[in-house]
Amino acid sequence: MNYIPVSGSDKKEMLESIGVKDTEELLSLQIPEVLRAKKLNLPEALSEQELMSLFKSYAQKNKSDMICFAGAGIYDHFVPAVVDEIVGRSEFWTAYTPYQAEASQGTLQAVFEYQSIICELTGLDCSNASMYDGATAAAEAVILAVRTSKKNKVIISKALNPEYVSVIETYTKNLNTEIIKLDIDDKTGAVSKDTLNNIIDENVAALVVQSPNFFGNIEDMQTLAEIAKSKKALFISVVNLVSLGLLKTPGEYGADIAVGEGQPFGNRMYMGGSTFGFMAVKKALEWKMPGRIVGQTVDKDGKRGFVLTLQSREQHIRREKATSNICTNAALNSFAACVYAAYLGKSGIRELAEANISKARYAFDVITKIKGFEPLFKDGVFFNEFVLKTDKDIKKINEELLKENILGPVDLSGFSFNCGGKYNNCLMFAVTEKRTKSDIDKLAEILTKI
Amino acid sequence: MNVPNNLFYAKTHEWARKDGNKVYVGITDHAQHEITDIVHVELPEAGKVFDKEQPCAVVESVKSAFDIYCPVSGKIVEVNEELLSAPELINQDPYEKGYFFVLEAANEEDFKSLLNAEDYKKLIEE
Amino acid sequence: MNNNKTLNEIKSNRNEEKTVKCDVALNINIDDKYIRKTVPNIPDISEGTLLRHYTNLSRKNYALSTTMYPLGSCTMKHNPLVNEKIAKFDGFSEVHPYQSEETMQGSLEVMYELQESLSEISGMDYFTLQPAAGAHGEYTGLLIISKYFKSRNEKRTKIIVPDSAHGTNPASAALAGFEIISVKSDEHGIVSPENLKQVLSSDVAAMMMTVPNTLGVFEKNIKEITELMHDNGSLMYYDGANLNAVMGILRPADIGFDVMHINLHKTFSTPHGGGGPGSGPVGVKAFLKEFLPSPFVVKDGEKFKFHFNDKEKSVGQMKAFYGNFPVILKACAYIKSLGANGLKKASEQAVVNANYILSKLKDRIKIPAGNFCMHEFAMSLKGALGGGVRTLDAAKRLLDNGYYAPTIYFPLIVEEAMMIEPTETESKQTLDEFIGTLINIFEESKTNPDVVHNAPVNTSVKRLNEVEAARKPKLRW
Repeated sequence: MNYIPVSGSDKKEMLESIGVKDTEELLSLQIPEVLRAKKLNLPEALSEQELMSLFKSYAQKNKSDMICFAGAGIYDHFVPAVVDEIVGRSEFWTAYTPYQAEASQGTLQAVFEYQSIICELTGLDCSNASMYDGATAAAEAVILAVRTSKKNKVIISKALNPEYVSVIETYTKNLNTEIIKLDIDDKTGAVSKDTLNNIIDENVAALVVQSPNFFGNIEDMQTLAEIAKSKKALFISVVNLVSLGLLKTPGEYGADIAVGEGQPFGNRMYMGGSTFGFMAVKKALEWKMPGRIVGQTVDKDGKRGFVLTLQSREQHIRREKATSNICTNAALNSFAACVYAAYLGKSGIRELAEANISKARYAFDVITKIKGFEPLFKDGVFFNEFVLKTDKDIKKINEELLKENILGPVDLSGFSFNCGGKYNNCLMFAVTEKRTKSDIDKLAEILTKI
Repeated sequence: MNVPNNLFYAKTHEWARKDGNKVYVGITDHAQHEITDIVHVELPEAGKVFDKEQPCAVVESVKSAFDIYCPVSGKIVEVNEELLSAPELINQDPYEKGYFFVLEAANEEDFKSLLNAEDYKKLIEE
Repeated sequence: MNNNKTLNEIKSNRNEEKTVKCDVALNINIDDKYIRKTVPNIPDISEGTLLRHYTNLSRKNYALSTTMYPLGSCTMKHNPLVNEKIAKFDGFSEVHPYQSEETMQGSLEVMYELQESLSEISGMDYFTLQPAAGAHGEYTGLLIISKYFKSRNEKRTKIIVPDSAHGTNPASAALAGFEIISVKSDEHGIVSPENLKQVLSSDVAAMMMTVPNTLGVFEKNIKEITELMHDNGSLMYYDGANLNAVMGILRPADIGFDVMHINLHKTFSTPHGGGGPGSGPVGVKAFLKEFLPSPFVVKDGEKFKFHFNDKEKSVGQMKAFYGNFPVILKACAYIKSLGANGLKKASEQAVVNANYILSKLKDRIKIPAGNFCMHEFAMSLKGALGGGVRTLDAAKRLLDNGYYAPTIYFPLIVEEAMMIEPTETESKQTLDEFIGTLINIFEESKTNPDVVHNAPVNTSVKRLNEVEAARKPKLRW
C-alpha cells in the first residue's frame, strides 16, 4: 500500500518536463553510482486490512486497561470523550507548527489558551507552549537558572522523581554544573528546612523541589522558597497539575519557575510515551524561557489574533546562542490538556483534586488496617500516592493482583535511589479519581489474603 | 541618516560620547534602521568590565538578534533600564533616550581607533 | 454568533451537578499552609459549548487534510488514517511504564521492529527510540560523540556545521558543550573539501551534515568529505531531516556517517500535530553502541526486553521512560504498509515532484541547485518579483490562494529564499495548480503589487503585528 496519487501517464509527462527518461536517470545525474544502496531487506508491503490485524495482534500481547494502582510519574486518569473528539480533528493533528500565523489561528489560539490555563493553575505569569516531558522541562529549568544566575551549583531534592534526576544529570554533565542532592527526612518523607539550611549558600543557582514529591508527600514549599530566596537562588518547583486544584500554587509560595509532567491532564499512559512538559515562570524570566511561546496581538484592521512571539530567543534565529535547542512543543498532548482543563472548568478542577486525595486516603486507611502493611513515612502528608512498607512477598502480591486484572503498586526496591536497601519491601500506591470504592476494596481484600 | 558630529563611531555601528570621565554608548541611526523594529534588548550588569570589541549587549528584532560590541574598554557604571520596557526608544531616538549604558573608559587610547562622523558616513555609504 | 471568543470569555453555563464524582467520603482536611487560596479563572462550560468553541477554532487552521503544504525541509506528507486508528487501540494506550516486561511484549515488539527497520533503511547498527524530536536526537547524538572521545581520552571540543544547516544543529552542539565552527558553502551551495580543510583541526570532534542539504542539493563531495574527517580522527553526523529524499536510494551509514537521527514525523509520516509530539530516534555504528542512552529493546529468544547500557559508558537518560510511543507505533505501521519497494517509490516520487515544479519555474527564477534537485529546492525570488514585493509578501499571497506558504528566508545563504518541498503525496493536478498560482503571484507583483503587499485577506485574520506582540508581550488571558 502506498499513498502516491500519481498515475503512470502523469509521471511520464512530469519526467518529460524535467527532461529525463526515467527516475533512475534523474537520480544518477545527482548521486554517484558507488554511493547507491542495494534493495532494502524489509518485509513485503501490507494492505490496510493486514496492517490492522498485525497491530491488533501486537496490542493483544500487552496486558492493558487494568485496574491501575501504579503511578510514580505517569497516572491512570479518566479521559473524557470530548478530548478525543477535539484533538482528533484533522485540522489540528495534520497542521504544521504555526509559523504562518494567519493560516494557523486555530492552533495559535489553542496554545494561547493552554498557556493561560497553565498560568491559572500554577499562579505564575508566563508559560511556554510546552516541552517534551516533565523530566526534560525540569532539566531545561535547571539550565535556565544556571545561565541566568551565572552560578553553577544546583540543589535537587532526593525526593525528586528519579527519571527527572537522571535527565537533569544528562543535560548538565557537559555544562560544568554541580548537582547536590538534598536528603529527605525519614519521618515526613519530605525535605527538612534544617538540612537545606546546612548546605545552601549564595553560590547556588537553583533549588529544585517536587511537591507532591516522588513518594507522594506534600512539601512545605513556602518555607523552602523563602530559604532559596534568602540565598538568591531560584526556586524551581516540580508540580502535578491535578494537585493544583487544591494545593497552594507555585505563584502563591513564591516559586520562580514551575515545571512538571502534563500527562495526567487528558493524556493516556502509553507506556510513558504520550507526554508533555509544562513550564511557567515569573515575568522577569519571560525572555529567558526556552521553547515556543504564543502571544496575542492585532491584525492590520485591529482585529485580535495570535502569533509565535519572543522568537529571537530561539534556535532558528539565535543558533548556538539560543536559550535552548528545542524546536518542538508537544502540541497535540498539551492541547489535550487544554481541552481537558476546559472540560473540567474551575469547579471540576477542584473536584478532581478532592476525589484524588479522598480516594487515596480511603485506600491508605483500608490497607494500613491489614496486618503487614505500615506507612514508611509516619508523619507524611500525601496527595494521591503513598508508600507502605510490608513484610509480605512483593512479587507474590503483584502476581496475585495481576490475576485479578489489577496493576499493583510500584515496587521501590529497583530504583537507583535505593542504595543501602532503605526502600526494600516498599510499595507505592497511586489512587486517582478513576479508582472506585469497589476497586479499592477488592485490592484490600486480595492483599489481606496474601 | 543622522550621524552627529560630536560622537565616536565603531565599524560595528556603535557610537560613544564622552561626558567628562563617563562614556555614553549606543547604536547608530543607521544600525537601528537596518535592524528595523527593535523588540528586545539584553543589557550588561553595572559593575561588569568589558574589553574593547567584546560583545556586551544584544538587540533583537522579530526575526533576528545582533550582538553589540563595546566600542572602548571600561567598566559599566549605569545601564539604561528604560530600554527593557521600551526598546522602541532605540528606533525613535538612538543618540539620546536610546543609549544603552554608561561606562568609565579604561584606556583613552581606545578612542583613537574609532571613526569620526565623516569617516563613519563614508563607511555606511559604501 | 460570535465565534471569536477566547475560552475565558465564555460565561460559565453548567449547573451545580459535579463533573468528577467521588464514591468515598470526601476527606480533604489539610493544614491551611498547603492550601490554594486563589481560584483558577477557567469557566465551567457544558460539553456542547466546548465542542463548538474548539470546532470553530479548528476551522481557522490550514492543515494537510485541507490543503497542500509545500514546506521546504518539513516533509508535510499525507498522514495515513489507519496508523491513527491503530494508535488508539486500548492495548497500547492503557499501558503503564512500570508494568513488567512480560505484560508489555506487544509494545516492546513494536519498538524492536522499528529499531530493526530503521537500521535496515539507514545502515546503522543500533537505534535508540528515546529522543522526543529531531533536535533532541541531534543533542543525543552529539552527547554520544562527546562521550566516545572522552572514553578515548581525546580532547575534541569543536563541531563543524555548514552555513546552510538548520539552526538546531549549532544550538544542539552548544547544549552538548561544543564550540561551533561554521563552514561556508561553495557557489553550488554545497560543502567543498577545500573550504572544509581550512577549518579542520585536531580538536574537531565531528561534522554535522544534512544530505541532501537544505537547498535540496546532493553533497556530491560526500565521500571525500567523510574520508577527510575520518582521517582527521573525527566522526560524521547525519542530520536525517531530509531522509525522505533517499529511502532505498542510499544509506547514510554506507556513505561514511557514524551517527544520525531520523525525524519520524517527517520521513515516516507521523503527523506534526501543530508542532509536536515528534520523535527523533538516533542510530549509531556498532563501535558507539555502549554510549547509547538507556534503555533500548533487545530480542532474547522469543521474548523482548529492555537493555540498559553500563551507566558509566552511556550518555544517560534523554527523557523519562522509553520514547514517544504513539509516534513510534505510527512510524512502524507506515514502514510495514509500504515495504521496501514502497519506501523507495515514495522517495523517488518526492524527487520527481520537486523536479517537476523546478522544471516549470527554472526559466523565471534563480535556483542555486541548477537544473535538478533532490526532494526539495530553495529558490531566490529576488528577480521574480516586482513592485517592491518581498518573499514574505508572496508567501502571504499564497495563503490567499488556499495554500500553506513554503518556508521562507531559509536557508540563510540564499537571498529572499523560498524553499519548496512538495512530497510524494501530491498529485500532478495539485502541483500544476500550485505552479500556476506561484507564477500568477510573480505577475501580480508587477501589475498589482498592492494586492500582494496587503495579503492575506482571505484568512481569518489579516497580517498580524508581530512587533507589538514581542514588545509588549501578552502571553495569557
